[in-house]
Amino acid sequence: MAAQSTQISKPTSIPASKYVTLRISKFNPKKESSPKFIDFKVPYQKWTTVLDAILHVKQNLDHSIGVRYSCRQASCGSCGMKINGRPALACFTKIIELNSDVITVEPMNNFPIIRDLVVGFERMFSTHKKIKPYIIREDSEITPGTKEFLQTPEEVEKYIQFSNCIKCGLCNSVCPTMATDSSFVGPQALAQAYRYIADTRDKGKKDRLKIIDDSHGIWRCHFAGSCSQVCPKGVDPAMGIQLLRGYLLGFRS
Amino acid sequence: MTRVEENKEGIKGMANPTRYGIERVAYLLMRLTGLGLLVYFVAHIAETSSILQGKVAWDEMLALTQTTGGHIILALVIGMCVFHTVNGIRVMLGHGGIGVGTPGRLDYPYKPPSQNARHKIAIYSSIVLAAIAMMYGLAVMFGE
Repeated sequence: MAAQSTQISKPTSIPASKYVTLRISKFNPKKESSPKFIDFKVPYQKWTTVLDAILHVKQNLDHSIGVRYSCRQASCGSCGMKINGRPALACFTKIIELNSDVITVEPMNNFPIIRDLVVGFERMFSTHKKIKPYIIREDSEITPGTKEFLQTPEEVEKYIQFSNCIKCGLCNSVCPTMATDSSFVGPQALAQAYRYIADTRDKGKKDRLKIIDDSHGIWRCHFAGSCSQVCPKGVDPAMGIQLLRGYLLGFRS
Repeated sequence: MTRVEENKEGIKGMANPTRYGIERVAYLLMRLTGLGLLVYFVAHIAETSSILQGKVAWDEMLALTQTTGGHIILALVIGMCVFHTVNGIRVMLGHGGIGVGTPGRLDYPYKPPSQNARHKIAIYSSIVLAAIAMMYGLAVMFGE
């Protein structure tokens, strides 16, 4: 029997790589007093993302770069960082889109730095948990004799946008209130509070409004809207927060 | 946890208007004009309370407001007042959830409905109206 061979045809032409300078912030708070930037010359193609470039550095030039990533498709929310001064997901930002010969990557603001580009999400996760991010009601779909809680497409539209949140923390990192107020709940948690309050299956509106009606709660938002501008999933936290405040001010019921 | 440990930008980051569009400029101007009007409010009380010290003190205070510096300060107050009022109406309506768009399924590339053209127009209008009011005030004060 003749051996079968599989031949993978090579592309007829591979575009020549260009080079970009990737300036990475290196900082270990346990060992160093301040961050320093290290430049690396990295090849890129038109499809190369910032995360690809960082991983190229990590693989070939400096293994010690601290970076967190997972899905590489803007679904896990792990690779948020400041890219040329603006927070974005590294896996969702192509080098070519930045129109710059130098790309500076730094850890996001308003989060404690663990090392290099990796920040700690403990506080964001705790504020997220604080607003009770789950359906609150006494009965359950799994209770025997209970049917599935049905919703009309219109009812789903009211919250579906906010359920796209991947907890990447970009919104919290650009919030001007979070830049100065360490106790502020933050746009991520507030938008999620709206997501559950707007859900017709949920009965926890009163509980959540009580939690966010605090001096470091919803009233600290001044509608700068930066959170919505950087959200990679189109969640629009600023809208959610204002709609949420509408409940507290009596504009909505 | 200190601000350094949290990697916060602090006031410098909060007050940086060069990023995130005209909304962030409006945010900064709203803060600055609010503080400016608060200072003016206190100064205005000090100014009008000079009447308690007699006619001479009152006339001296009035003369101070008629100087070039006094006119420029008043023009700034007019501008701050107009911007803070017009933009304040925009922000108050927004805070009530009015004019911030409707939730729905967005398509990529996502354009946040809350950062809509109505808000941008309202912000630019606040700035233009404040400039017009200042120019009118200067024309009245410096004109015949």
